[in-house]
Amino acid sequence: MYLNANNISFSYRKNKPILKNISISIPDNKVIGLMGDSGSGKSTLCKVISGYLNNYTGTITIDNELIDKTGYCPAQLIFQHPEKTMNPKWKMHKVLSESWNPPQELKDTFGLKEGWMNRWPSELSGGELQRFSILRALNPNTKFIIADEISTMLDTVTQVQIWDSLIDYCKKNKIGILAVSHDKELLEVIADNIVLFNDINKL
Amino acid sequence: MTKTEENKQGILNINLRTKTLIITGIALLILISVFVSNYFIDHTAVLTSNFYNVNQPPSFEHWFGTDWMGRDMFMRTLLGLGISIGVGAFASIISTIVAILLGVFSSVNTVVDEIVTAVIDLFGSIPHILLIILVSLAFGGGYYGVVMAVGLTHWTPLARILRAEIKKINTSEYIKLSNEFGKSKMWIARKHIFPLIISQIIVGVILMFPHAIMHEASISFLGFGLPAHEPAIGIILSESMKYLSMGYWWLAFYPGLSLLFLVLLFDLIGENVHKLLDPQSAQE
Repeated sequence: MYLNANNISFSYRKNKPILKNISISIPDNKVIGLMGDSGSGKSTLCKVISGYLNNYTGTITIDNELIDKTGYCPAQLIFQHPEKTMNPKWKMHKVLSESWNPPQELKDTFGLKEGWMNRWPSELSGGELQRFSILRALNPNTKFIIADEISTMLDTVTQVQIWDSLIDYCKKNKIGILAVSHDKELLEVIADNIVLFNDINKL
Repeated sequence: MTKTEENKQGILNINLRTKTLIITGIALLILISVFVSNYFIDHTAVLTSNFYNVNQPPSFEHWFGTDWMGRDMFMRTLLGLGISIGVGAFASIISTIVAILLGVFSSVNTVVDEIVTAVIDLFGSIPHILLIILVSLAFGGGYYGVVMAVGLTHWTPLARILRAEIKKINTSEYIKLSNEFGKSKMWIARKHIFPLIISQIIVGVILMFPHAIMHEASISFLGFGLPAHEPAIGIILSESMKYLSMGYWWLAFYPGLSLLFLVLLFDLIGENVHKLLDPQSAQE
């Protein structure tokens, strides 16, 4: 299974394109690393692929079928700032169950403690929240994970832990990963292929 | 920790949440007892004149003194406060309904949003008292007129808050994520947006009470509000004006103080409910 983005162009303002004819293909058994400078449009590409931005040109297909925009989006984006993606008045178990109820052993591999389930998002740290948002995105309907700088705020040990369990789960369940980062060393460890995202548009 | 603080904690071993709940409960109890007492007071017996004890200063028999017709001022004040609470309640409900409708409308699209903002600004720009008097007269005056006038003029701050709040929630990332999870708009409105704005609505309603009560009293004082035979605080105050120069200070002092106390109680309840509903301060 492949996720193909063909000739994607996108601009926030008229005549100032941020993405110009970008094509990328993500297989479901690999981790594709995406590297680029700040402001080069990495996050915009992520948002386009996972359906957050709609007025782009080009096509995004999974196995030659266009993504259905009404139902569950098979390409799930994980944000850099997990605290923004959680309703501040929902306790963590509710936040998690908005997507699905993961089995206990999966919670253990991601290091989710039982005591965290009854807390508010404001009572957990960024790293703890990010585990929730990753696990939340691993719904059985998810076919691709778009990880937009998901480990930037974590220390190195936790980074390794989280990426290990994420890649492990995705390899087992045939979920493709697009890992976005500007950390070259991290991408060299986790990614099978690295795509360099050059800032050609702004010349 | 100093010694006095230690002692304090030892005697009253309760946290801030419990303390806030207790204070709110007591304030609510006072308000409810004032309101309910209206139904147990025999209006005709209290409001008939008794010329044997005219203009008595405050005593144990007549706590707030008596007026120039020998009526007990405590009972009149109590009835006046009951009317104030009634007007406040009806007016707050009307205001809140208008505010919610406009807040929800504004989230439809940008054109509607512009219109709603313009309407809010329009109503906000007219002087309150003037608008209240005009609307009250348009509805034929009396109790009904005052309720409609106060209700139809006090929704602007709450509508503004709700509009901003709904806008903020709608553009947040957890709503977009909810869309990604395939949830319907109704589901998002019910599970995400409504629980987040309900606390604003509740606090808004409670904090609207003091405003409504004060405005009811002021237009009654000016003579455009409730009819003169009602024992409203505004009427008590305006009538007592004539007797102040004769030294009958209790005619204005106690009713005015009671009105202030009532307003402060509502304010206190509103602040405390806000504290309890806000997730940042609720667990302190």
